Amino acid sequence: MKKIIGTLCMMTLVWACSSDSTTDDEVIIPDEKEEVSFERSAMLINWADNIIIPSYVAFSGDLEALINSFNTFKVDANEGNLTAFRSAWINAYTSWQRVEMFEIGPAESVGFQLNMNIYPTDNEKIDGFIVDGSYDLSLSSNRSAKGFPALDYLLNGLGENDAEILGFYNGDNKEAYLKYTEDVLLDMQTLTATVVSDWTTGYRDTFVANDGSSSTASVDRMVNDYIFYFEKYLRAGKMGIPLGVFSGSTLPRNVEAYFDASISNDLFLEGLVAVQDFFNGKHFNSTTEGESLASYLDALNSVKNGEDLSTLINDQMNTAKSMVMDLSAFRAEIEDNIPPTNMLLAYDEVQKAVPMLKVDMVSAMSISIDFVDADGD
Amino acid sequence: MESVINKYIKAPVETAPLAVFRILFGLMMFFSIVRFWSYGWIDKLYIQPKFFFSYFGFEWVKPLGVYTYLLFIICGLAALLVALGYRYKLSIVIFFLSFTYIELMDKTTYLNHYYFISLLSFLMIFLPANATYSIDAYLNPKKSFEYVPSWTVNSIMLLLSIVYFYAGLAKLNSDWLLKAMPLKIWLPSKFDTPFIGGLLGEEWVQYAFSWSGALYDLTIPFFLLFKKTRPYAFVMVVVFHVLTRVLFPIGMFPYVMIISALIFFDASFHEKILKYLSKFLKVDDTKFNNQKVYQHFSTITSKMKMTVLIAFFAIQFIFPFRYLLYPGELFWTEEGYRFSWRVMLMEKSGYAQFKIVDGESGRWFYVDNTDFITPFQEKQMAFQPDFILEYAHFLKNHFEKDGHKNVQVFVDCQVSLNGRLSTTYIDPTIDLGKQRESFLHKNWITPFKDEIKGI
Repeated sequence: MKKIIGTLCMMTLVWACSSDSTTDDEVIIPDEKEEVSFERSAMLINWADNIIIPSYVAFSGDLEALINSFNTFKVDANEGNLTAFRSAWINAYTSWQRVEMFEIGPAESVGFQLNMNIYPTDNEKIDGFIVDGSYDLSLSSNRSAKGFPALDYLLNGLGENDAEILGFYNGDNKEAYLKYTEDVLLDMQTLTATVVSDWTTGYRDTFVANDGSSSTASVDRMVNDYIFYFEKYLRAGKMGIPLGVFSGSTLPRNVEAYFDASISNDLFLEGLVAVQDFFNGKHFNSTTEGESLASYLDALNSVKNGEDLSTLINDQMNTAKSMVMDLSAFRAEIEDNIPPTNMLLAYDEVQKAVPMLKVDMVSAMSISIDFVDADGD
Repeated sequence: MESVINKYIKAPVETAPLAVFRILFGLMMFFSIVRFWSYGWIDKLYIQPKFFFSYFGFEWVKPLGVYTYLLFIICGLAALLVALGYRYKLSIVIFFLSFTYIELMDKTTYLNHYYFISLLSFLMIFLPANATYSIDAYLNPKKSFEYVPSWTVNSIMLLLSIVYFYAGLAKLNSDWLLKAMPLKIWLPSKFDTPFIGGLLGEEWVQYAFSWSGALYDLTIPFFLLFKKTRPYAFVMVVVFHVLTRVLFPIGMFPYVMIISALIFFDASFHEKILKYLSKFLKVDDTKFNNQKVYQHFSTITSKMKMTVLIAFFAIQFIFPFRYLLYPGELFWTEEGYRFSWRVMLMEKSGYAQFKIVDGESGRWFYVDNTDFITPFQEKQMAFQPDFILEYAHFLKNHFEKDGHKNVQVFVDCQVSLNGRLSTTYIDPTIDLGKQRESFLHKNWITPFKDEIKGI
């Protein structure tokens, strides 16, 4: 007996000093039937095949359409072509709201969100680049001079009206303006092509196969990224920051699509609907729903007999949605009302969903936030 | 009574168990430090953050910038010297001080096992653990003793037993026993554990784990004490801690407990280990078999030592019960929660959004917590009232320095406990800037809406 104990101790000691690294690695388990009530891998497959990839493909198509309309505009910069170019931009920007939240894997490694939609855009920097003709859009310091917000300026912000704007594309410096617009578009095209092809040619399988439960597993990372997007980009970026709730005074210049001035609320709503659809596992452009965070919560709840969290979250998102639908475009809300009471009230409803996701959902799913020792207190 | 004192305190016993304990403890601590460093946690936890949460009364203990690395080097070297038994007294004092300093730097990283290490190393200052199989004893025969008074070994057993038994007591509550909470939340998410993963979603498994966990903690010290049950009890210790290691991110704690439990074994077992070790290291260990019995040279030192140790253990017995002095649910208010062996006892998380109001202009805004604290700090802060208060004071100072006048700090804080839906945790109408930290009850904590029965 003592020998056994001695051996056991030595083995423990050796293990103690060597085995910790496995925590970071994935424990690969064979794909066998398990008795758990919910299959995380089914949810990952639904996310990848029915939501993420179709959304990317659709966005990529809308981006192509935007580039085509630019090519027409390039040949003849008239009012009709400007209007068409603009509406293609609105289309693509709206479609972007459905992929902006997926900052994971390929998108994360190219910094997709940061390269496509940093606002407020730096219009002075853009003016300077156009005059100089020398710039490197791949530099991270130039993120505020490209992407959708830069196009917003180039399409809507160069002059007071269409005639003035068109003046730039038909004036002495027209080549420079067209060149810069084209470079911004090509940069977006390249980034999007990388992300879409990475997803379809390999990352999809990696993503789906990583169905464990550590801080590096797909579900845990996706949930973290999802909540991060909701809190930081949707709630704060599109509403809170321009409203001034973090600064004490309103910042209308920080509204998304500031120069356009009319679509910011629509963009927000598209983003909110996308977030809710993802929560419910709704297939892209369809009413079919698959395994999702909502069905996962329901499965866990059937064991726990707790409150119906998925319904509560959906109710809250619906309330937020209807409050925002009653608002005008955000720039007008902020500039015309002092203080912007209605928008602040709508913001509060958006805000209320954050603790539900961040506290109740994460806690119910036991999602790992970070790899640090913690003994649960 | 006399005979009890003689047997458990005065009677000479072999020094071997103490020596084995010293060696293994020192090595474990050394590797803990190396592990901590290798994960980059020194940088991540003590150098990157701009703000650190202090224990009440220990606000002066802060990380030392890049010199924090030096602190860890000192702590690691001291651990190694403890293992070698070289200048033991000095080494263990330095280890105790440096380790405790590290733990006091930021209470975000509070772990019961770190507290355990601090207590254990404090206790070891008073033990002649270098009396045999140490460099001290090897170099100086005057310091070499084959026998020591039995209280030295027994005090380690007592401390371990307190840890287990109190951890068991803490589990005797309705959430743990009747609802299998929080294991009902934690276990299903570990479905990818080899072999047992598939079972963890089963309700009966969750109850079985809860009940056997409580039973294990309450009884294991006794089973380890009796010679007949000891080997089986030790197998249980290994199984239990390996299981917790596999399921939960509790770092070195399981190993520390497994190794510590060896102290319960007979001296002959430890002597074998030491013999094997001497053979392996090719050290002549006949020197250590000198038949000498360790004795205190002055009765005054010995009396002082005893007084300190009695006070130490009295505090250990009483301190975990201090929560009884506070109104409200312990798990909710956490007043008297720490330093009481409440390990892996609840699933609690929160969300705290702070609102800064300029009392003069009436202007207000919310705080972006990521501007000031790390995600890990934010997570820990959001459900612990003392963290929330300290952070609120920090925010008040920060924004008053920024030029705001008469800053008021309010918080919208939602907390979920053991699967209950999150509810308001802190009175949102209270200006936290005006509240002072103390050991008194914080009456601005919203009372718990449910009831948890038990200890």
